[in-house]
Amino acid sequence: MKKMTYAEAIRDGIRVEMNRDGNVYLCGEDVGKFGGCFGVTAGLVGEFPGRVLDTPITETAIIGSAVGAAAAGLRPVAEIMFIDFTGVCMDELFNQAVKMRYMFGGKAKIPLVLKTICGGGVAAAAQHSQCMEAWFAHIPGLKTVMPATPADAKGLMAAAVRDDNPVIYIEHKQLLGLSGDVPEGEYVVPLGKADIKRAGTDVTIVAWSWMVHRALAAAEALAKDGISAEVLDPRTLVPLDKAAILASIAKTHKLVIVHEAVKTGGFGGEIAAVAAEEGFDLLDAPVKRVTAPDTPVPFSPVLEKAFLPDEGKIIQAVKELF
Amino acid sequence: MQLTKENLLAFYQTMVTIRTFETKAAELFAAGKLPGFVHLYIGEEAVATGVCANLTAKDYITSTHRGHGHLIAKGGNVDLMMAELYGKATGYCKGKGGSMHIADVDLGILGANGIVGAGQPIAVGAAFACKYKQSGAIAACFFGDGASNRGTFHEAMNLASIWKLPVVFVCENNMYGISNCQRDHMNICDISDRAAAYGVPGVTVDGNDVVAVYEAAAEAAKRARSGDGPSLIECKTWRWRGHFEGDPATYKNPEEQKTWIGKDPIPRLAQKIVELGHAADADLAAIADAVKARVAAAVAFAENSPDPLPADVLTDVYA
Repeated sequence: MKKMTYAEAIRDGIRVEMNRDGNVYLCGEDVGKFGGCFGVTAGLVGEFPGRVLDTPITETAIIGSAVGAAAAGLRPVAEIMFIDFTGVCMDELFNQAVKMRYMFGGKAKIPLVLKTICGGGVAAAAQHSQCMEAWFAHIPGLKTVMPATPADAKGLMAAAVRDDNPVIYIEHKQLLGLSGDVPEGEYVVPLGKADIKRAGTDVTIVAWSWMVHRALAAAEALAKDGISAEVLDPRTLVPLDKAAILASIAKTHKLVIVHEAVKTGGFGGEIAAVAAEEGFDLLDAPVKRVTAPDTPVPFSPVLEKAFLPDEGKIIQAVKELF
Repeated sequence: MQLTKENLLAFYQTMVTIRTFETKAAELFAAGKLPGFVHLYIGEEAVATGVCANLTAKDYITSTHRGHGHLIAKGGNVDLMMAELYGKATGYCKGKGGSMHIADVDLGILGANGIVGAGQPIAVGAAFACKYKQSGAIAACFFGDGASNRGTFHEAMNLASIWKLPVVFVCENNMYGISNCQRDHMNICDISDRAAAYGVPGVTVDGNDVVAVYEAAAEAAKRARSGDGPSLIECKTWRWRGHFEGDPATYKNPEEQKTWIGKDPIPRLAQKIVELGHAADADLAAIADAVKARVAAAVAFAENSPDPLPADVLTDVYA
């Protein structure tokens, strides 16, 4: 184990996989000399000559070329600087990367990692702060990864790189500086396996990415009021560890879902539907969702604070179930 | 460059195979035997043939929604192609792709493509893989005049240029993006002019002259293989049919249509072969007959093939 930040853990994950497999390369805007917009890939360009490539501002070609390179046998890790910019390359992702295998009758493999960052809290306003994971989770053929801790960030990066399918790996700005114990060397966290970040018996809180930490803080506060909250982090939305969610509900009989993305069409609705379809008899109360409201992300820190789900909103939602 | 008798006869056979396959597809579609959309390449055979004659099985191509010709010219199997047009389990894509998505990854054919212009960055990526692995292979990217207006074209050309990738961009200018004539969708005459914006050589050739296409592509392929980067070849040609089968194409000028049909690339090559004394008319007729039998066998293969099983809807989503 070694203490490292979430950003260092991502970098270490990429480094280990690049050392392990010469077909892995990293490309994107400013990922090389500049070290990434948030410093996540700092130094890799010197460690892997010719394998860390600064691209022009060219999202379509970044993902489109990664699709072609993956089809031709490489394993690209292609960065789109902010998830908000993926709109510029959605065709390459949702019509090309994820469909080639199916449309070609299983004859192609596209081992492509789209690495990007989501989330608010830094007053970056509506075009640099969104949580768009539900878009991606809705695309068959794509896997959606959202690590919340440094160890998960490293292990899930390894799993994403090793996966033979397109994977979107979504970091969160608020977590980059978060420090934690991370296994050294090769370390893989399997896709599709949830993690109980805090065990509890009275209510299940499903949360991912930054919201895991807000849910944990809420759970601490709830414990003082005698409510034992279990915080379950699915870690990957696709594949989704339904069994872990249902097992937790079987124990607590109450479900609150927390996500930073806006409510309508959000992935929380999917988890609520899983609970209703497959766990209806396990529930003693209606399912609650704590999410951002259905607006673009505001700029002013005052407005953004009001926009983001926080401990208070989570605690309130939980208490409404008792 | 001196093309041999074998080269020219091979071109002839490829072009006749494309024409025969597609003429049959048109008939089958009209008879209600083929589901979905069918976009034909009739009239444009010299382009795929001339370009792919410079490629080996190790090289990559990306294609368009009008992809049958590219597949055949790159060595695709007509049985598997025809079965795919029928949506059969024996088709190239097990009935999951159809005409617009046929691929043969083993032959470097990274798919026809239902999205105009989508193949360009994919070809750039395949070319990057060739350079990265130092495999000596290259990629050729087919696209139409309409696709040259898309952002993908500009991003792909620019990235290929700065990374000096071994890719040959082949614009098949058939003068129409569905119903929209080139005159109405761009203010330039030669699409090859666009290459200059990316520091890439661009040439325009007669796309109905297979030898002219072959020679331009040979130079571009040589440049790509020697590490000098991408090229753009514009092949001026003509789409004989509507955009899709069933499109009456009333937007086309009948005089222009007549003029272009007069420039049919197949009799032009036949005449050259005969003039050079490489073959007699009867020899060419024998090639055409053999091709006809081959395509008839492909139709029989398709018709006698099983449908996919409904349960197969769930397979091949993930590796």
